Amino acid sequence: MTNYKMKDIEGTVHFDGEMATKGFYFNKMCYSFNHEENRQAFRDDPEAYMTKYKLSEEQKQAVRDQDINRMLELGGSIYYLAKFAGIFGWNMQVIGGMMSGRTTEEFQAYLDSQGRGKNNG
Amino acid sequence: MAKIIGGITTAHIPAIGVAMDKGLENEPYYRDLFAIYPPIREWLAEEKPDIAVLFYNDHGLEMFLDKKPTFAIGCAPEYENADEGWGIKPIPPVTGETDLSWHIVNHLIENDFDPTVCQDIKVDHGATVPLTLLWPNFTYKGIKVIPISINCERHPMPKPSRSLAFGKAIGDAIRCWDKDSKVVLLGTGGLSHQLDGPRAGILNAEFDNWCMDKIVSDPEAICQYSNVELVEKGGAQMVEIAMWLAMRGCIEGEVEERMRNYVSPISNTAVGVQLLIPKD
Repeated sequence: MTNYKMKDIEGTVHFDGEMATKGFYFNKMCYSFNHEENRQAFRDDPEAYMTKYKLSEEQKQAVRDQDINRMLELGGSIYYLAKFAGIFGWNMQVIGGMMSGRTTEEFQAYLDSQGRGKNNG
Repeated sequence: MAKIIGGITTAHIPAIGVAMDKGLENEPYYRDLFAIYPPIREWLAEEKPDIAVLFYNDHGLEMFLDKKPTFAIGCAPEYENADEGWGIKPIPPVTGETDLSWHIVNHLIENDFDPTVCQDIKVDHGATVPLTLLWPNFTYKGIKVIPISINCERHPMPKPSRSLAFGKAIGDAIRCWDKDSKVVLLGTGGLSHQLDGPRAGILNAEFDNWCMDKIVSDPEAICQYSNVELVEKGGAQMVEIAMWLAMRGCIEGEVEERMRNYVSPISNTAVGVQLLIPKD
């Protein structure tokens, strides 16, 4: 039998079939945020919106806690989480910091520490 | 017959599109990145390609998990862009080239590749940011575009060797299309970056530059890595090198690297840009 189990990489949730199954409805909700009227409906009543999209209680709690790593563990895909983050005005450095336990400035500094080819002026 | 005149690799980071919207190209943060684009635009203006075959990955504008193609080819006369949820400004529609699209589809299926065929898809920043970078101020309206997407979101994803072979088959299809058209190839995305999880923010300049060297001289060498090994080396979204491999696969034989730029980080990503010219 083909061995398709992916090697574990610390700090990374591989978004595979198992996670896609677990997170399907959560991701479907976030996918709906491509439309402004849906973003507004979520802002107006997040609990009702999450229920409409059949989120599990654990997923709802992760949303209430704004715990992005937990959302990933519960099957969230970063592509759709980006749309969720957009509702709060969080860009990729903001959520990068949230997920890696840094402030946004610390996260930016971490990125810059590995940088090359940019003089920043 | 149709002729491939060159291949361009470029990032498709949303932040670059936003920076262009806001006219920030000369700001210190962006200056070194944008420096490479005017010479590439000059090359495009001189060579005047008729068609751009554009490899990208959809980030959840059109292709949700409910129906997610591994490889998909646009066969539409026009492709719309739309709100992606986090603030990048949509751009007017992109013009398609249905004759060549169908020719590629027929050729691929005849040669044992079976992509999803899309007659009505929206294209996201993966396609629109590169088009805007290379043909600014909506001048991309003057070129016909064939968007070809590769799944880079949900594992399993095509093996790197498969993306390279997919490109080879598309290159063969372009070369046997009986219209005198000039085709430019765009491999978008990459290089090292990881957007998700506690490991978010990892970059790998050394590996990126090795990949850029190998895209020129020996793309098969990149295929020694599995997707999970690419993730380990360059972060979860390093897998976007699939589009570079497909682009490079289209070109037969050796290439001359006419231009190169490497700037990291822009947003969370290492940006590699190359202009490759077929030698024969």
